[in-house]
Amino acid sequence: MVPPTEARVSRMLEGTTRSPDEVVVLVPPNLVECPVEKVAVNAVMAGCRPEYLPVVLAALETVCTDEFNMHGVLATTMSVGPILVVNGPIARQIGMNSGINVLGHGNRANSTIGRAVQLVLRNVGGGAPGGIDRGTLGHMGKQGFCFAEDEDGSPWTTLAEDRGFDRSQNTVTAFCGEGPNLVMDQLSRSPESLTRSLASSLRTAISERVVLGMDGMLVMSPEHMSRYRDAGWDRARFMAELTECLMVDTDSILGGVDGVEEGLPPEFAGHRVPKFRPGGLLVVHAGGPAGLFSAVIGGWKNGPGGSDPVTREITP
Amino acid sequence: MTTTILDPTSEQAPATRERVGRPESLAGLTVGLLDISKPRGDVFLDRVEERLTAAGATVARYAKPTFTKPAPADLRHEIATHCDAVIEALAD
Repeated sequence: MVPPTEARVSRMLEGTTRSPDEVVVLVPPNLVECPVEKVAVNAVMAGCRPEYLPVVLAALETVCTDEFNMHGVLATTMSVGPILVVNGPIARQIGMNSGINVLGHGNRANSTIGRAVQLVLRNVGGGAPGGIDRGTLGHMGKQGFCFAEDEDGSPWTTLAEDRGFDRSQNTVTAFCGEGPNLVMDQLSRSPESLTRSLASSLRTAISERVVLGMDGMLVMSPEHMSRYRDAGWDRARFMAELTECLMVDTDSILGGVDGVEEGLPPEFAGHRVPKFRPGGLLVVHAGGPAGLFSAVIGGWKNGPGGSDPVTREITP
Repeated sequence: MTTTILDPTSEQAPATRERVGRPESLAGLTVGLLDISKPRGDVFLDRVEERLTAAGATVARYAKPTFTKPAPADLRHEIATHCDAVIEALAD
């Protein structure tokens, strides 16, 4: 933790053109007006460099919205938190990691941007663990979880493009999710096989008996992506094929099936439904150049009664 | 030389109020039951309502639109205005 001295905070504020007293957001759960300077204090504490500050500010603008529902994300006993994905030229400019160990440690920007957001939520918003934050287990990403998409290494459109932005724009996308779960497939050589394999893991996100009500994120590694690049599959083709592989017979996930009481009520019998709602699976390309692993990140209750992913443009 | 450390918090302190005294009896009181809208919360609250009614209380039932968000201000105001006590229930 870096002590936020006046000199350090002043230097941090040079990272943005915004006025120190401009109110950025109302921070849940206490809905406290948070000026740029207060964000800068917490960014110093987190270890941010000044050039990270615009990303921190934009990230707060994503999570402190009705759509993202940060109060609920804190208060739920489910162990989820904001996961931040940065797209656009700024990721390279500030030295973010989209490669080896992308979801882990070792990169200052990745490690501190998400940390700064979490500190603002706790210090300014009052969302303290054990107070409003009621996560049964929590996860390490609640220390801060931020990474960049590997855009240059991907043959596909980016997450931000998929969400209506273009590659020249700097954006941050907030997704409410758990910790990453590794998916291993070292033998699939065809895109069809790998898609079925990824689907088998995605079906178990949160629980195989949860369908439609919770979103997910797939972080696809470069070597897995190479299967699709080699076969000429674009994002749309992949999503169409994957969606078909993620259709679930409700009879297989009813309460009581296989001696497990968890599951859908009997009135849902006899249907075939998708695991995720339309648009409810976010796919990001990131990771080191070697390793036939991807990651599945389960979400939380989606929609107006929960949390929706939110993307905002990062401005200076 | 003195180094000033800036405050990272909201610099606000919550207002504190005394709790309303515990009622001697429920007879004649209106007790609000707030269902947070988790599955089967109504099952639990139905039973609580039976017990409260048997104890002579009048029960008023309320529900949050969704368990994932705080109760709307209007709902909180309505409960505070009409009830002498409130029980909020969570169930899965």
